[in-house]
Amino acid sequence: MSPDTDRADPGKPGTSTDRDLHELAVKQAALGQVRGAAAVDPVNVPMIRHWLDAMGDTNPVYLDQGIAPPAMAQVWTMQGVRRAAGQHSPVDDVMSALDAVGFTGVVATNCEQVYHRYARLGERLTSAIRFDDLAGPKRTALGEGYFATWTITWHAESGEAVAEMMFRVLKFRPPPRAVPREPYPLRPAVNRDTAFFWDGVRQGELRVQSCADCGELRHPPGPICPHCRSANRAYRIAGGEGTVYSYVVHHHPPVPGREPPFVVAVVALPEGVRIVGGIVDCPPEAVGIGMAVVVTYRQMDDELVLPMWAPREP
Amino acid sequence: MRTLREDQVELGAVLPELSIELTPTVVVSTALATMDFTPVHHDVEGARAQGSADIFLNILTTMGLVERYVTDWTGPAAVIRRINVKLGVPAYSGDRLLFTGTVTSIASGEITVEVRGKVSLGDHATGTVALVLPARR
Repeated sequence: MSPDTDRADPGKPGTSTDRDLHELAVKQAALGQVRGAAAVDPVNVPMIRHWLDAMGDTNPVYLDQGIAPPAMAQVWTMQGVRRAAGQHSPVDDVMSALDAVGFTGVVATNCEQVYHRYARLGERLTSAIRFDDLAGPKRTALGEGYFATWTITWHAESGEAVAEMMFRVLKFRPPPRAVPREPYPLRPAVNRDTAFFWDGVRQGELRVQSCADCGELRHPPGPICPHCRSANRAYRIAGGEGTVYSYVVHHHPPVPGREPPFVVAVVALPEGVRIVGGIVDCPPEAVGIGMAVVVTYRQMDDELVLPMWAPREP
Repeated sequence: MRTLREDQVELGAVLPELSIELTPTVVVSTALATMDFTPVHHDVEGARAQGSADIFLNILTTMGLVERYVTDWTGPAAVIRRINVKLGVPAYSGDRLLFTGTVTSIASGEITVEVRGKVSLGDHATGTVALVLPARR
């Protein structure tokens, strides 16, 4: 299978990437328990006291008897602020392989701890990590992903296991996030007289205001019919074709959001009104009076759609 | 100090609720006390840049709080054997974490408490804590 096919769909069951991931997982699991470095500090009172204080845990048994809260097991072998280089576990390779094929999201799903006994003051614990299992790909609410499971065991100096933890994470492919577009800086003034027009534009309709009494069309929209002075308004949907009645080629001054030179035209509609709009999809020198144009709706940003005019095919 | 004995626990017993105000101080102090310096647990800007609403509790703290919740109820004589937690929605700073619990099994000296930690978004942690209590005197 070609590498391109893998990249296109790395998590599909049976694809070579999916097979590679499972093969790697089996290989890592076969390593068995891999010992890490011993804890920097032995089980000690200040860290226990600090932990109890932060948790709000007033159980006196730990400091009275010189034992560590069992849920602190992992704390003893946590790396500090500056992660020690060269610490490498069988889990790391699986995680990196998943990252490399796009399963970059991670969320822990299960944490199961078994305490064989409580760790005692002065004991220096060592962790050992074993990769258990990779399951997937599976569809999840977060996206497609693999469940990776491993077990950490904490040993005393004698080698005795004090505690162990099964930990499972979902490594998922984050769904592509829509990148919000830069808002287009020129916004039309939308008011109660003009809202119907912009509502239409969003639906791909070129709406022209009409008088609900005499039927006369008018554009731009206004509150009163200039013909019969009625305030009753309606609209008609124009066919979307027109001809250039007049135009300007704008070179200067600069207009935010526009790249000069650009053409703004007055377009005469066969319905009988004229409408102002930009001419797109042709160089300015190709625009002329009488040119046949057709409306086109341009998504300017995430919200704004503007009607513009493009040359009509003859 | 009050501490439960095995014969004082009945199947179906309900634990007193524990409500924890997740102030930034709680989130940050527990992250540091558990030696977890991942930025999402102390750096609000960093957490937001990763798409989180705010800083949130780390898992070591969730485990610690589950343990605390149960031992608050049992008293100091309990010995915790296992904590199994299924992790749900994040527990964000500014939210409140409410623990509830019920005794769901008592078998050969081992008591299992089912624990649920809820935040405003839903279940943050659900699971069980298995423990042993001193026998009747």
